Amino acid sequence: MTTRAFGAPIPRNEDARLLTGQALFVDDVELPDMLHAALLRSPLAHAHIERIDVSAARARKGVIAVYTADDIGALWRPGPLLVPPPPIDGITFNLRTHAPLAKGKVRYVGEPIAIVIAESRYIAEDALADIIVDMTPLPPVVDLEQALAKGAALVHDDLGNNIAAHVRQTKGDYATAAAKADHIIRRRFHYDHGMSSPIETRGVVAQWDARAHHLTVWDTTQAPVFVRNGLAAQLGLSERNVRVIAPFVGGGFGPKIMMFYPEEILVPWASMTLNRPVKWIEDRLEHFVATTHERGQIHDAEIALSKDGKILGVKDVFLHDSGAYDPYGLTVPINSQCTLLGPYVIPHYDSTFTAVFTCKPIVTPYRGAGRQHGVFVIERLLDFAAHELGIDRAEIRRRNLIPADAFPYDNKIIYQDFAPLEYDSGNYEPVLDKALAAIGYQDFIATEQPRLRAQGRHVGVAVCCYVEGTGIGPYEGAKVQVQANGKVSVATGIGTQGQGHFTSFAQIIADQVGVPVTDVEVVTGDTDQFYWGAGTFASRGAVVAGNAINEAGKAVRLKILKLAAEHFECAEEDLVLANGEVSIAGVPGNAVKLGDLAMRANPMRGAVKPGTEPGLESTQYFGPPKGATANGVHAMMVEVDPDTLLLNILKYVVVHDCGTVINPLILAGQIHGGVAQGIGNAFYEQLVFDDQGQLLTATLADYLLPSSLDVPRMELDHTVTPSPLNPMGIKGAGEAGAIPVGPLFAQAIEDALGLSKKNVELREIPLSPSRLWELIAVGDAK
Amino acid sequence: MKPAPFKYIAAKNLDHALALKAEHGEEARFLAGGQSLVPTLNFRLAQPAVLIDINMLDAQAGIHRVNGHALRIGALTRYRTLERSTDIAEAAPLIHEALPHIAHPQIRNRGTIGGNLSHADPASELPAIVLALGGRLHAQSATGERWIPARDFFLSPLTTCLAADEMLTEIELPVAGPRSGFCFMEVARRRGDFAMAGVAIAVTCDAQGRCTSVRGALCGVGDTPVDVSSALAQVCGSADEVGAIKDAAAAVWETIEPGGNVHASAAYQRHLAGVLIERGLPIALERARHG
Amino acid sequence: MDEDMHDISVVVNGTRYQRRVEARMLLSDFIRHELRLAGTHVGCEHGVCGACTIHMDGLPVRSCLLFAVQANSRQLTTVEGLAPAPDKLHPLQQAMHAHHGLQCGYCTPGILMTMSVFLNEHPAPTEADVREALSGNLCRCTGYQHIVDAVLAAAKLRSAAP
Repeated sequence: MTTRAFGAPIPRNEDARLLTGQALFVDDVELPDMLHAALLRSPLAHAHIERIDVSAARARKGVIAVYTADDIGALWRPGPLLVPPPPIDGITFNLRTHAPLAKGKVRYVGEPIAIVIAESRYIAEDALADIIVDMTPLPPVVDLEQALAKGAALVHDDLGNNIAAHVRQTKGDYATAAAKADHIIRRRFHYDHGMSSPIETRGVVAQWDARAHHLTVWDTTQAPVFVRNGLAAQLGLSERNVRVIAPFVGGGFGPKIMMFYPEEILVPWASMTLNRPVKWIEDRLEHFVATTHERGQIHDAEIALSKDGKILGVKDVFLHDSGAYDPYGLTVPINSQCTLLGPYVIPHYDSTFTAVFTCKPIVTPYRGAGRQHGVFVIERLLDFAAHELGIDRAEIRRRNLIPADAFPYDNKIIYQDFAPLEYDSGNYEPVLDKALAAIGYQDFIATEQPRLRAQGRHVGVAVCCYVEGTGIGPYEGAKVQVQANGKVSVATGIGTQGQGHFTSFAQIIADQVGVPVTDVEVVTGDTDQFYWGAGTFASRGAVVAGNAINEAGKAVRLKILKLAAEHFECAEEDLVLANGEVSIAGVPGNAVKLGDLAMRANPMRGAVKPGTEPGLESTQYFGPPKGATANGVHAMMVEVDPDTLLLNILKYVVVHDCGTVINPLILAGQIHGGVAQGIGNAFYEQLVFDDQGQLLTATLADYLLPSSLDVPRMELDHTVTPSPLNPMGIKGAGEAGAIPVGPLFAQAIEDALGLSKKNVELREIPLSPSRLWELIAVGDAK
Repeated sequence: MKPAPFKYIAAKNLDHALALKAEHGEEARFLAGGQSLVPTLNFRLAQPAVLIDINMLDAQAGIHRVNGHALRIGALTRYRTLERSTDIAEAAPLIHEALPHIAHPQIRNRGTIGGNLSHADPASELPAIVLALGGRLHAQSATGERWIPARDFFLSPLTTCLAADEMLTEIELPVAGPRSGFCFMEVARRRGDFAMAGVAIAVTCDAQGRCTSVRGALCGVGDTPVDVSSALAQVCGSADEVGAIKDAAAAVWETIEPGGNVHASAAYQRHLAGVLIERGLPIALERARHG
Repeated sequence: MDEDMHDISVVVNGTRYQRRVEARMLLSDFIRHELRLAGTHVGCEHGVCGACTIHMDGLPVRSCLLFAVQANSRQLTTVEGLAPAPDKLHPLQQAMHAHHGLQCGYCTPGILMTMSVFLNEHPAPTEADVREALSGNLCRCTGYQHIVDAVLAAAKLRSAAP
């Protein structure tokens, strides 16, 4: 009997290469005659370009070419809209996309103005200093509210204002509900998410083979298929003549999917133009301005409640920072808008947002993708309501949870996948109970906290709930094939940035086909290996690609059984697949190896009957009609030094429900990593722009990523409420850890320091010791 | 982020290094540990024409005592050596206590005390310690040498009084005497980051446990390390030591003009300085009184 | 100015290499692109993230803050030289695998080089010791917990089979 692989905490297939330094990342690609690119980026946030003089750069020894917007011919055009806005009534959406190089004016610090191709990156950077750009500064648009004020400078002159989008979604009738409410709370919130900052920055290597008329591109992208399709279209090539490879990628988290980055177009074009391979590797300084961010929103929100804390409705009006262009549509603010509803029954909802153009880098999804902002608003409103109504913070949440018998639960507004926001399944109260028990909530508040206070220690507890819409379409596909050597290959179109696909996908196939997990070889991220797909984003890899792989595995299993039944002259039901062999149940000694069966299925003679296929192979696709909703509760106990405002996390608990779990070890890693990013977002990472649009926190010494001393040991637990939307019952989990950490910190710090007694409320993220001190000092002064 | 071109010369000994510096002046920089210098080269914030590698100057590394009263540390002594030195632990407890706060082990394997002091980052720990202890720094050039009191060494952020042809070769600190107590403390965002504020305190007591001298300096709250010894002096000979410590903290608030930065507002830095005084002084006094 | 070129001789993972390098070539670039030992990764080029950590004369150092010329006559070890034999992993590599201490794997070589020396010097560390020693290596994927588990497990592995 074999052990079931699905659901087991199996160590990863991909580790050995990574641990011994043998895995290929984009910067490891070395090609003969390879050239190196560097980009000249705007030093100003908003300016007219009067003149660019590249003559000195072109004359420098070792420089092969320098291109500006005027030099790239038809390649110069604004890029496509990647994600259209959802079909919401009355929506305003003003599409403004970036071109590969700036022409006429620049709209953010870091916007590419010219590209230098040279024999080495060192020489290319030398040449950047040779380029003279005359610019006339324009007033930069930095602050969201000032951007909308009359007379504000315009990021896009032809637009007449700085509005990227205006979207209102409602359900029920908030105004009427509020009129009948016992209690209304109104607050303004500021939530700033920050940037993904993976340890590997972006990179592109392009190799044009003029004789073969074939382009190969290595790209740190999360969406190789889309990049292949877009490059083919932009460069006038057939899709079959373009191969995009996303090899091992050192962390994605969202922004590595934003395409087309200028470099993704310019570097392949340069390779074709110069007929030599070209490499561009983003350095860390560039990364701060050249890769997308997910930044801030300002929410004016109100919640209407009954006196026993039941939510009657929520109204929210918010501004969203889009950055200088909006090629990625409205995913982030739509997620904020939808995820604010959380796991709660909110019968009436009126949410309006204005996405604003600013002179800053483009905003696209980063782990959480706008959910954080919405979750912060609702969780804080509930905390303030709890305080004002005299209800315990956990209790007010419990009273509003969607009951277990209410699923599927239709929230009626439109989600990022264009489908109505309907939660497929969920059982929320046990998750809250487990979290409260694990953190010792009751006992802490009743006994421990007073005892610690008496000792002069400021310890607080917090609990926050959230849902996460995951596993959206459009689809993914997979090809599964038993090879002649008995190993099973799996190819799928998505890419991998560390999520363990080489293992979790192998576990699915291992069970279907009866082979050891280590005999399943997964290929991802290579458009020559699998033609179709969308990409790795929105916590969808396991759900969508995983289910496609499962379907393909089932189909291959059927082929194996059919062929083996012919071989053994028995019924298919009598067969057992295990350890890479097929045998009749009860007769293990007489087995046929899968590899032999595969060879039999691909004969040199005989006939492959019409309507059948050679080999033991199947390609299947999976496209969920809508996303699957995961949920969770985080709880934290924190001690705050009242003088320095430094804090120490004493205990951190996550209870999570992502349906059926493929590999609990990998899942735990995803939660840990998400929480670490959430901690960074809540208390360490801040993108600080001055009023000229200059990013002041533009090195890793200033933009603070949490270290091993800043992230606590976490206790994880989970419940399993399978999704009815896919045969495996799984929901996504990639972003869960990052979502509720902001409000968790705010709540815990308020509790630790007794801030409600000082009339100090924490309504912004990120926080920091200095900011806390200011807020409290001002509060004391009142 | 690749550095601009430079000419690299590995100096064989001190005379060679000084001759090269005399020849190239401001166009040349000394490369010691490189942990502060190389990032500035990679950012192209600094673009020296010549880099003089002084890592082979073994004679300028090492710790020895002089006359039992002074400790001399060669400028090329690496943090790692300081961490493992019993001389430092016994004779310069402030340095010993500060070292875990300085960057991270990989940095400490290469960085040198001379490099750190010459770099003169006002948020750096060692300049404040050298100032608090009233140490002096030895500078040499091809044409001469001099001892510079710590109070004259640090001029402004990243600028010392070293002339274009001088190299810092040695640091001299008073050896910790009997009945002395020290405390180094800092508040940083993460372990190893530069301090938002940090304090180095040295006190001496008499046989009866009365405080006879206090010296102190802050890092991170000014353009250079700030000597706050005169503000702390009132703690000596005070009948109400607890009250005097509070007054000393308040006096320190008056003394300093923190500039603030992206991680800490000026007001918060000023507040932290007071907190560090109120926490650090009692610890130093306790150590002086009870070893 | 003309490039300032230097002849260097450096031993990496027990193999001697003789090359001619420009003075300003970073050691990280030399290792990765001249010697084609791409296991050492570059994350920041300003000495903060630790991904580029290698051993120089047995001590962990940031290769992005050294120039190739400075490695002349020195002994370097990179992650490719960590495993004792082609078919045998270092205890820390084994433990990282068993405890899922890596996800994207980009920061992993730097962590292996830092913590392997740490374990030599601290054979029986506490969790606090491990987290302190790890604090100069940034990881964006794992949240550190499984890495800490792996280091603690490796310490036990090493003491069980020295």
